[in-house]
Amino acid sequence: MKLLIKNGRLIDPARGLDRIGDLATAGDRIVALGEVPRDFSPARTIDATGLVVAPGLVDLAARLREPGHEHEGMLESELAAAAAGGVTSLVCPPDTDPPLDEPGLVEMLKFRARKLSRCRVFPLGALTRGLAGEALTEMAELTESGCVGFSQADAPVLNTLTLQRALQYASTFGYTVWLRPQDPWLGKGVAASGAVATRLGLAGVPAAAETVALFTLFELMRTTGARVHLERLSSAAGVELLRRAKAEGLPVTADVSINSLHLTDVDIGFFDPALRLSPPVRQQRDRDALRAALADGTIDVLVSDHTPVDSDEKTLPFAEATPGASGLELLLGLALHWGEQAGLPLTTTLSRITCDPVRVLGPAIGTLAASAGRLVEGGVADVCMFDPAARWRVGDATLVSQGKHTPFAFASSGFELPGRVRATLVAGTVAYEATA
Amino acid sequence: MLSRRNPQLNANGELIHLLSIEGLPRAVITQILDTAGTFLSVSERDVKKVPLLRGKSVFNLFFENSTRTRTTFEIAAKRLSADVINLDIARSSTAKGESLLDTIANLSAMHADMFVVRHAESGAPYLIAQHVAPHVHVINAGDGRHAHPTQGLLDMYTIRHFKGDFTQLSVAIVGDIVHSRVARSDIHALTTLGVPDIRAVGPKTLVPGDLAGMGVRVCHDMAEGIRDADVIIMLRLQNERMSGAMLPSAGEYFKRFGLTADKLALAKPDAIVMHPGPINRGVEIDSSVADGRASVILPQVTFGIAVRMAVMSTIAGNEA
Amino acid sequence: MTQTLNLDAEALYAALRDGVRRLLAERPDAALVGIWSGGAWLAGRLQADLGLPGEAGTITSALHRDDFGERGMATGAGATKLPFAIEGRHIVLVDDVLFTGRTIRAVVNELYDFGRPASVALAVLVDRGGRQLPIEPAFAAARVALAPGQRLRLVQTEGGRLTFDVKERT
Repeated sequence: MKLLIKNGRLIDPARGLDRIGDLATAGDRIVALGEVPRDFSPARTIDATGLVVAPGLVDLAARLREPGHEHEGMLESELAAAAAGGVTSLVCPPDTDPPLDEPGLVEMLKFRARKLSRCRVFPLGALTRGLAGEALTEMAELTESGCVGFSQADAPVLNTLTLQRALQYASTFGYTVWLRPQDPWLGKGVAASGAVATRLGLAGVPAAAETVALFTLFELMRTTGARVHLERLSSAAGVELLRRAKAEGLPVTADVSINSLHLTDVDIGFFDPALRLSPPVRQQRDRDALRAALADGTIDVLVSDHTPVDSDEKTLPFAEATPGASGLELLLGLALHWGEQAGLPLTTTLSRITCDPVRVLGPAIGTLAASAGRLVEGGVADVCMFDPAARWRVGDATLVSQGKHTPFAFASSGFELPGRVRATLVAGTVAYEATA
Repeated sequence: MLSRRNPQLNANGELIHLLSIEGLPRAVITQILDTAGTFLSVSERDVKKVPLLRGKSVFNLFFENSTRTRTTFEIAAKRLSADVINLDIARSSTAKGESLLDTIANLSAMHADMFVVRHAESGAPYLIAQHVAPHVHVINAGDGRHAHPTQGLLDMYTIRHFKGDFTQLSVAIVGDIVHSRVARSDIHALTTLGVPDIRAVGPKTLVPGDLAGMGVRVCHDMAEGIRDADVIIMLRLQNERMSGAMLPSAGEYFKRFGLTADKLALAKPDAIVMHPGPINRGVEIDSSVADGRASVILPQVTFGIAVRMAVMSTIAGNEA
Repeated sequence: MTQTLNLDAEALYAALRDGVRRLLAERPDAALVGIWSGGAWLAGRLQADLGLPGEAGTITSALHRDDFGERGMATGAGATKLPFAIEGRHIVLVDDVLFTGRTIRAVVNELYDFGRPASVALAVLVDRGGRQLPIEPAFAAARVALAPGQRLRLVQTEGGRLTFDVKERT
């Protein structure tokens, strides 16, 4: 099918392109960008006046809850949420039930996702069997079925010897290992250590839980040569260690979640379980450090950390509530909000959720790496069209995801999100279009 | 972020739930203490009941066992002529997997007017207060490490009774403060009532430096902590803490931080010794001190009933 | 709106004193108990003027009121002070204004928390009618009619003089 998108503000963050123009697609490719040949006869024209036409967003952390947690999310609902949020490619962690430690499970997931033609799904494989932190998985087989890296999700590897071996094995093939830097014992609390946790009588997670883990990881990286992607940095001290590691030349990348980028422990208020998150949100100076690091690229990408949680598991006393919040549909708005506050050009803001995530994925996504997260002629037609001037209120009615719990819900935050997705294209097909 | 109105107060600033001392205006605290004084005199009459809560049902919801606290709430409610129902949660539907909120909804359908809640998790009473009908009141009888507001209030009543003016006092709180909801409530009450010198005393594992953020002076040396104190509040050392990663043994704790007669001598000569109970003789406090002239531990219990009557009657009279 | 009714409180007090003297004469070893706050002032003065030994008692209706659910805890809840035994004693209650009778009902309940009196009689400065319960004074110095929306109060000025104050209920 041929599509013409007219008169939009075309932005390709990878090369700093920012101009008004047209975009034409045919099949799953972009065939013209900027000026479209007069003889192009589209089956459909979309008027993008006043809209930004950007590459489809790439979210490196979104839980789809299938298989195994269907009461919290199904592929249909969560991929629909992705499309509604302008996300055209996402990476999902391996902590499904059963975990993604068998090629058959990975293939099934990819097959189901492909049939829905909403969003490209790139699973992370489990680093150890059952995520138990003991025996390694068949990483080569899993990569062949489509895994783009290996992760323990939130399950710690207690045995440093095993962790070292896993990193060593992965580095044999050049696979990237994605890890949460959190010491399993220091990280047992439910809120960030500090004045708020002390006042509220909540068990604290000190920043040392992150830095101790980072020291260990960097040391193991030096001895094994493994490539590591750090998931969900949360502290200023962690940022500092990351800076030094990058300066040293270690092959490390990192992400930060929309939650840690915008919230602090004060937002827990009167024990609001929507703020029960892992990692816990920290203090103002940590948030400031994370923002600065995302702005200067020390932290490479922004992720949604989308984790739909069932109401039964959220409306509980704070420490008993399951950590996690929905976020796929909020990634764009919260990126824009951060960009506005930081005074960054739109191209930089959007980089962190388009071309930079693709850079982190690298050759793991094969030929897609050449054009995903970008707008290039001849490249893949994954496009997000959004109205930068619109504002919307997050709530049960406006969220597509099955999980409705988020700290950014208007009812509790009073905060309106900037930017509303009007249409999303995946491989040249309209995966989402706003009705109102 | 939005709406952080204190859920304990209605739009007129009147108390409708008692969840924590934190955030209560001084006037509300003082009014409860004054009302408690009235109820103390009621307890000395032949007829110890007044009909203020007649026809009301008070449900004691104790997810964490405590016969002592539950009994004082029961006595207080009955002296106000309320009907009291005690719910043994461990053996009830919650043990069968019924969620906290479903339990509350079912009990509300039985026309409960007031819930007295004790729970092992900080914040549980807030969740309950958010989900009850407007005419239902919630009293926190202790939630995790967060708060035990009626204990805080009765401790303040005790101090006021024996010492009078809060603004001239030095108060030392000794023991496992980091895990103590009583300590947190006491600290909030003392700061709100204007006590200028509050010391938090104990080893670093139980009294970490960041407690200073609550308005206390952290002391890791017992002698320094209770020197010239007017009031000493001893906290119970729980069994779980005594052996293992936080403290090596009860014996070592007692040597360093237990209140003995010679340590007491460092405080002011007319200092009073308080303890929320139950006391661990020979662990945090020596028998001679617990039973001695300075101890006001038993009056605390008497005051506790009057204070709880004051809390219940104050709350019941205010609409959401 | 405040107006002074054509009631001379001091003159009425004189009549009350005489009436109470007669009530006490009919009841051996009776005790005076004033209802907080207006009745308490009166009872205090009466105790002195009639040469009675000891102190008059003070009693409050606060803990037994029937409007707790609507209005919450009333002021004066701690005011009851009875420095003598109630059991078997003749009691003369003194109050400034008698209206619906609900305060008297609550006061009698409060009294019974202390013991069983031999008898209870009521003496008031002003009976303004409008009874909602079957309660009558043994002595009233004056009977006046007021609109239901008006509130009559006894006020003690500096120097201890008594006057009446009428307000519209808001």
